[in-house]
Amino acid sequence: MWTLPILLLAVTILISIPLSRYFAWIMEGRYHAPRVLAWFEERLNSGQQDWKQYTIALLVFNTMLFIFGFIVLCLQPIAPLNPLGRGILAPSTIFNTVISFMTNTNLQHYSGDQHLSNFSQIFFILPNMFLSASVGFCALTAIIRAFRGERTLGNYFVDMWRVVVYIYLPAALIIGVIFMHEGMPMTYASEQTVTTLEPASMGVDDHGQAKPQNIIVGPVAAVIPIKMLGTNGGGFYGMNAAVPLENPTGLSNFVTTFAMMIFPFTLVLMYGRMLRRIRHSVVIYSVMLTMMVGLIAWAVYWDSMRPNPAFTGTALARDYQLTSPGGGKRDITVPAVASLPVDQRLGNLEGKELRFGTSAGAVFSAITTDVTCGAVNAEHDSLNPISSLSAFTGMWLNCVFGGKGVGMINFLLFLIIGVFLAGQMVGRSPEYLGRKVEAREMKLAVIALLVHPLLILGPSGLYAATSWGVGAESNPAAHGFSQIVYQYSSSSANNGSAFDGLGVTYGLNSNPNPPAEAVPLDIGTGLVMLFSRYLPIVAPIAMAFYLGRKKVAPASLGTMRDNTATFGFLMLGTILVIGALLFLPVAALGPLAEHFGPIPFGG
Amino acid sequence: MDITSGPYGRDRKAARWRELFSAPLAMEAVKQSFVMLRPDIQWQNPVMFVVEVGAVLTLAFIVRALLVGAAAFSVSYFVALDIWLWLTVLFANFATAFAEARGRAQAAVLRSTRVSTPALRLRADGGTERVTSIELQPGDQVLVTAGEVIPGDGEVIDGVASVDESAITGESAPVIREAGGDRSGVTGGTTVLSDRIRVRIVAGFGESFLDRMIALVEGAVRQRTPNEIALTLVLTAFSLIFLIVVVPLWPMAYNAEQYMTSYLGLSTPLTSLGTDVPTLVALLVCLIPTTIGALLAAIGIAGMDRALRANIIAKSGRAVETAGDIDTVLLDKTGTITLGARRASAFLPLAGVPVRDLQVAAALASAGDRTPEGQSIVTAALAAGTPAAQIAAAPGAEVIEFSAQTRMSGVDLPDGTPIRKGAPDAIVDYLRQRGASVPGGIEGLIAEAAAGGATPLLVSHGNRVLGVVVLQDTLKPNIEGRIALLRRMGLRTIMITGDNRLTAATIAKRVGVDDFLSEATPEAKLRFLRAEQSAGKLVAMMGDGTNDAPALAQADVGLAMNSGTQAAKEAGNMVDLDSDPTKLIEVVEIGKQLLMTRGALTTFSIANDVAKYFAIVPALFAGTLPWLKAIDIMHLHSPTSAILSAVIFNALIIPLLIPVALKGVRYRPLGADALLRRNLLVWGLGGVIVPFIGIKLIDVVMVALHLVA
Repeated sequence: MWTLPILLLAVTILISIPLSRYFAWIMEGRYHAPRVLAWFEERLNSGQQDWKQYTIALLVFNTMLFIFGFIVLCLQPIAPLNPLGRGILAPSTIFNTVISFMTNTNLQHYSGDQHLSNFSQIFFILPNMFLSASVGFCALTAIIRAFRGERTLGNYFVDMWRVVVYIYLPAALIIGVIFMHEGMPMTYASEQTVTTLEPASMGVDDHGQAKPQNIIVGPVAAVIPIKMLGTNGGGFYGMNAAVPLENPTGLSNFVTTFAMMIFPFTLVLMYGRMLRRIRHSVVIYSVMLTMMVGLIAWAVYWDSMRPNPAFTGTALARDYQLTSPGGGKRDITVPAVASLPVDQRLGNLEGKELRFGTSAGAVFSAITTDVTCGAVNAEHDSLNPISSLSAFTGMWLNCVFGGKGVGMINFLLFLIIGVFLAGQMVGRSPEYLGRKVEAREMKLAVIALLVHPLLILGPSGLYAATSWGVGAESNPAAHGFSQIVYQYSSSSANNGSAFDGLGVTYGLNSNPNPPAEAVPLDIGTGLVMLFSRYLPIVAPIAMAFYLGRKKVAPASLGTMRDNTATFGFLMLGTILVIGALLFLPVAALGPLAEHFGPIPFGG
Repeated sequence: MDITSGPYGRDRKAARWRELFSAPLAMEAVKQSFVMLRPDIQWQNPVMFVVEVGAVLTLAFIVRALLVGAAAFSVSYFVALDIWLWLTVLFANFATAFAEARGRAQAAVLRSTRVSTPALRLRADGGTERVTSIELQPGDQVLVTAGEVIPGDGEVIDGVASVDESAITGESAPVIREAGGDRSGVTGGTTVLSDRIRVRIVAGFGESFLDRMIALVEGAVRQRTPNEIALTLVLTAFSLIFLIVVVPLWPMAYNAEQYMTSYLGLSTPLTSLGTDVPTLVALLVCLIPTTIGALLAAIGIAGMDRALRANIIAKSGRAVETAGDIDTVLLDKTGTITLGARRASAFLPLAGVPVRDLQVAAALASAGDRTPEGQSIVTAALAAGTPAAQIAAAPGAEVIEFSAQTRMSGVDLPDGTPIRKGAPDAIVDYLRQRGASVPGGIEGLIAEAAAGGATPLLVSHGNRVLGVVVLQDTLKPNIEGRIALLRRMGLRTIMITGDNRLTAATIAKRVGVDDFLSEATPEAKLRFLRAEQSAGKLVAMMGDGTNDAPALAQADVGLAMNSGTQAAKEAGNMVDLDSDPTKLIEVVEIGKQLLMTRGALTTFSIANDVAKYFAIVPALFAGTLPWLKAIDIMHLHSPTSAILSAVIFNALIIPLLIPVALKGVRYRPLGADALLRRNLLVWGLGGVIVPFIGIKLIDVVMVALHLVA
């Protein structure tokens, strides 16, 4: 039960320590590259950039990525490597998917194995996974340089090159080899036809012959390592890491989970190393770790150690009293529900891949939302309602390690706010890294912080009150509401995991019966992903620049130290209180209402 | 910290300040609170403006309910809600108005010393004329005799007098004001107790330096400091964030109403408080940081006021705030660390020089030194038995006055022989310039004096060094304690002295300062200050002399003594009416207290919200999702009583915290970490817990009084 999460955390922590040294070494540019690589790097180096140039380079690069993605996906019907003859995706789905992969969200309103050709997997999915994963990494590096008081923040293109070539590529190669060894397909073929063990389990054809099974294959082992390392999360298969071909064994599941955690963990330590404030980063690391342990424990406790309430039933009828605003009362009785004869000693097993062990699904659900990966190896829709709160919280806080770079950046926003609000309690005007935090920095930090709740709560409200959301729900009531909130939380956190159940998949443009609300959901989540990605990257870079320009006051007894347990508790308190204030009402209406209420309203 | 019980003022002042809490003041503030409801004024406080808009909106809903008749809702609930929303705004306005009124009353007390007084003006022809102080122009000279009130700010240009400055400082002990030196400044409204002085008036009536500063204090209440601006911005942002939280609740609650209606198969749709606009307004008001929004202005004004009560006039709120951030304090040794009454205690002649020769030369050279130290040399020489006739300056001798630049004084005898006494390095330089050599034994004598913490002065006659005069000073009582306090506050203390290195080092070690600047000239002091600042430190210093003016202007907090010269007062950004050099400690404490109070109340305000959610969220959905009652851990009576309790708590906490805002959260020199831990527990954790108790209590009381259904 607990072995898996403990082992995962221990291994990740152990490896993140030396790896952070390597990351800092690479990003500082202290390496000597082989001549060929150095030559390429030289071509990319357009010179030192100030914060505006760096940001513009970042934005222009992403615009190019958008255009490139659009072209590749539109080319699918006529491009090679498409033996199954897959047509063009619905335009709204292309819009959604291009943004999704450009913003490192990897929300999939399509099903990889059903709707994409190997051409699209190789030329759209794969490069996007490498490149979009590097954007946050570079932004964090730029912020570190700004905090160090450097006038120029390095060169965006060189940074991208370093991240992709010296960090992601080698790591992806190593992980890929492990995956292939575990049995993950790696082929240009698209389909494997096999005879099923159980005769005619796929039905019979017109001649009475048993139908063979057609298994979709492809360059899976190329896509999956970077999908996890880059906390991308967009699966080759629709069912993501629950599919045996995408996650063949217990070992591959361990490596998969490890791979999505390792870089976000390492980057926090890199932050400390590059700023020469290791202890400060260790405090941040501990705060994040505390939150992660809490969220994993919450998920495992409520999901793997508690029965599925849908099966347990209630022996007695329950009475509730509705109080109308005018004070009028109305009594309702929810009849007793008989429990189903299901052995629930192993917890809630609905929607789990038991190949990995009973707690693997809950553990994965907590981690994938904490580090904004978005891969799934179990059905989040089937988590016990109160257990899903862990997944929600990971995305709402968005800084429990978070995505590579961006998680740390989000944490910095909370940090600046916390330092500003509470830091004055030591009797000095608020400072971070020895520099005074004043109106301009606060303005930028607050703008970046506002985006996330705005883009979750606003659209959730809009879609919950209209058929756009309600029409797509697969379950009624609080659970359906959770589906809508999850979709927007996942989009805004650039997470990309799905609660599932919401009718979002339009599929190919030729689909004769698309779900009614797929188009508004494509467009709504697409816009949310777009806006929630760039503002929270650009504003913090600007903030770091303005802060970094200021004079550093040497620390004294009177300055608040940022490397103590007290500071850790301050951060923990800030994040939890602000997080609760922002999202407690939706939590109450979604998971909590479902948990406390009768399921499903007494039948 | 309560200044009235501090080392200044005592009972008289306590009585004076008690008046400031009087009923008329409160009445004035109440009136002002209503005036401030005007949208253009209220707008200056964005958080409270939001509350006002909410209150107006609720009013509109009451009118609608009365006209159209909204059967589902009880109008009395709306009315109660609206009353408390208006009270919230009024409480906030009262806090600001009360602090402002106190500040104004405070300034008025100071200004009351400025009344027209008779003055004896010297005419150009040498005669005098009786005028009133109103007629005085800058540049006029007046004679003030014992028992008379000094008619205006000025500088003593002739004479010495003891002056009672209690009208301004509240301190009854008289002070000495004398021509020349750095104790020449006198303030209008103070009374000469003895002797007679000639004063050159430097400011016309009502334009005196203090008048201008008081005007600044009064005007500065609306001027926000950078930190206040940033905080206002953050509070506005938080209001916006909570707007983002509250507005989507309407459609979300609507969603719940829809599915519950269809589940229950009802023909009329279910309603809940979640789609009731006044209730959502109440939720918004509870969530936005009204507590700190209401008290922010008051905290700032109270900071200025506390400074004023410590008899410090700050030119701006910014100066007070900066004081909290000070890293380095420059302390003048003389007057701050030592009593400043250095007395000649011994004459150490060089080998072969008769001690009498040294005494005579030292006394002669001190004729041009009107500082108490110079005079003490004469006294010591007389006490040692030197005949008075020998040390009377011969006619025709030219007196060389002491100056801080040359750091020596002396006399050129009628035959041209120069006699000098002064700081050792100054004398040595002087002799070298004259081409004279300096005898070797002198270092030993200097070292001997310096090792005991005394100040050696060299005496030269012609090109010959005669010996050393030893000046002994006494440390102020408990100065080590005060310096240790500064260190515990995290400040680096630097002692500035004109003494040589060895003396400085000895005293520095004895009193425990972190560093010292010896043989300091005003230029060296300024250089040192700039060097500290370029290392990112904020520096505070106190000064009184004209030569301190550049450094006072350069310092981040320049505290000028009221007794000091006009130039010094103009250059600093604060003036200490008590002219007490250890005031820097108070200044720093007031600054820290100001920032701490702001931080504490902000943290408290935000932390409060957690409990309000637990009260309001279940209430919002009592009409649709009764099972959410499970979150209502306070077990409140009914949905409406829950919401009203939260709103009432939110309003009442403002007046309850006004005393904290005005008095400030007490600063303790525990070091930043202990302080943060402490305040996080009190204001952070306390801020989470207190409203749970408060809201429950209000609910219980309302139920007991049958105020809610």
